[in-house]
Amino acid sequence: MAHLSILQAGPNTTLQDLGRAGFLKYGLSRGGAMDRLSLLEAAALLGAGLDMAAIETPTGLRASVGVAQRVALTGAPMRAEIDGRAIGWNATHLLMPGEVLTVRPSGQGVYGYIAFGGGFDVPRQMGSVAAHLGARLGRALEAGDVLDLGEDRDLAAPPLVLRPESRFSGGAVRMVTGPQTGHYSAETFARFTETRFAKSGQANRQAALLEYAGESFDAQNALGVVSDVIVPGDIQMSGAGEPYVLMAECQTIGGYPRIGAIIPQDLPIVAQASQGTELWFQVISLDEADAVHLPQRAILRKTRDICEPMVRSPHDIANLLSYQLISGAVTGDEE
Amino acid sequence: MSKMPDIAPLGTEGYLVRFADKLDDAANRGVISFAAALEAADLPGVREVTTALASVFVRFDVEAVSRAGLVAALGELLDSRDWLHPAEAERPRLWRVPTLYGGAAGPQLKEAADLAGVSEEVAVRELSQTRVRVLALGFAPGQPYLGMLPAHWDIGRLTGLTPQVPAGALVVAVRQFVLFANPSPTGWRQVGLTKIPLFNVNAAEPFALQAGDELLFDPVSENDFALLETDNMGGAKLEEAG
Repeated sequence: MAHLSILQAGPNTTLQDLGRAGFLKYGLSRGGAMDRLSLLEAAALLGAGLDMAAIETPTGLRASVGVAQRVALTGAPMRAEIDGRAIGWNATHLLMPGEVLTVRPSGQGVYGYIAFGGGFDVPRQMGSVAAHLGARLGRALEAGDVLDLGEDRDLAAPPLVLRPESRFSGGAVRMVTGPQTGHYSAETFARFTETRFAKSGQANRQAALLEYAGESFDAQNALGVVSDVIVPGDIQMSGAGEPYVLMAECQTIGGYPRIGAIIPQDLPIVAQASQGTELWFQVISLDEADAVHLPQRAILRKTRDICEPMVRSPHDIANLLSYQLISGAVTGDEE
Repeated sequence: MSKMPDIAPLGTEGYLVRFADKLDDAANRGVISFAAALEAADLPGVREVTTALASVFVRFDVEAVSRAGLVAALGELLDSRDWLHPAEAERPRLWRVPTLYGGAAGPQLKEAADLAGVSEEVAVRELSQTRVRVLALGFAPGQPYLGMLPAHWDIGRLTGLTPQVPAGALVVAVRQFVLFANPSPTGWRQVGLTKIPLFNVNAAEPFALQAGDELLFDPVSENDFALLETDNMGGAKLEEAG
């Protein structure tokens, strides 16, 4: 049976997919990967679909497989090795039984993603395998865990690489105004958009606190705000006027005012900003947001198109004979 | 504040239909009726409908419907009925939830009763005989905000937090109950304890409650409460007719 043995897992290492949609009315947020683009990149590299799951880790892991599998590494660039031999990030590699895959954070970005060619064959709960620790669904992975994998039917596929747009060093994050933006004076709102924030260490899968120098961003009659629906990306001000960006596992309703919402495409920038990374907001209109919107299926297709065969000199390839050298010209985007 | 109800974008993938800018029982009933009608209408592009205390959120697929089209459809449904004054009474589901009041199960019952200006005995009678409605589910999965209690139960929150109340704790403030799904810190006063499982991922229906359900927290003795341990619904029973 194909399986993955977790030899060591850092804190908050979990299995994630695109989450559980459709349970907002019961108070359950969608959850799923913090950086959904990384998940789609891993799916593109492996020729998998939107339902693929990956291990999400901010802290690294060591693992081995029972049967050969392709492994894709995406998200925050981490230091990866197979049996002590350094391997590239944003790429697929062949992992043979008994070899140990090691992944360690490099300090750039936050969440790394590790996916396998055969996919995870673990029971879904309410349609998803994603751990939602805030809802007490699933749990963090730990040493000794064994997860079933499907058979990798495309073992002979040549290794692929991606050169993704960097989203691991913060910068401008696009936002739209919302129903509660009016609680802020024009002066406060302008100051908000001119402020340089730094991601604080107080950040997890629920929310990320942003730090800044200067006066707090106080809402007008904030105490009168009735608890209302929250969406991931919302920028909520605490009672002390401190901004929290609400992330994948946010609560579904809340009573603090929201100054606006980050567009979904830019939420990975916040998720992947490590502590101290500078972030600032750029307000765009809904029309502008719609113009840059891409459905996940289209993102996956587009990402498959930019996967390239890995170019390496033969003497770097220790297990040369395991690669198919003649008929392996598959780019992964044939339909 | 603009005229209510209004329709406003929330994020890039949803619209919020606001019925009031404060918690109001009639508005909340309107919210729940409108959400039910919206789900039944199955409008093109609508992917999900959810409610908060005074608003309905509609998540839509930007590819499947235009913004103008969706807003027009929402507006048409809004105008089709007077949501705040329903022509016929809805018939909500009624849950009867065995509840242990006071003592270790409700350590702040006396304090809460004092603030409401009644004796503990009267407090238990009022709290257990008021049919409260699920105003919204949130904070934790399956966890209800329940109201409205009689006006003299408009008591404030604690100035500090109780570090932890257990799952099933019934707490009170501002004419509402919250029934905790998980152990949690709270600024509300704990008056009782229940055993109703609010979220069970392995159950056929993972969530016991839905917005609009009515509940009665029937007082039970400590002995009877202990016996509920073996019941997988914690003794909670559903009566269909309202």
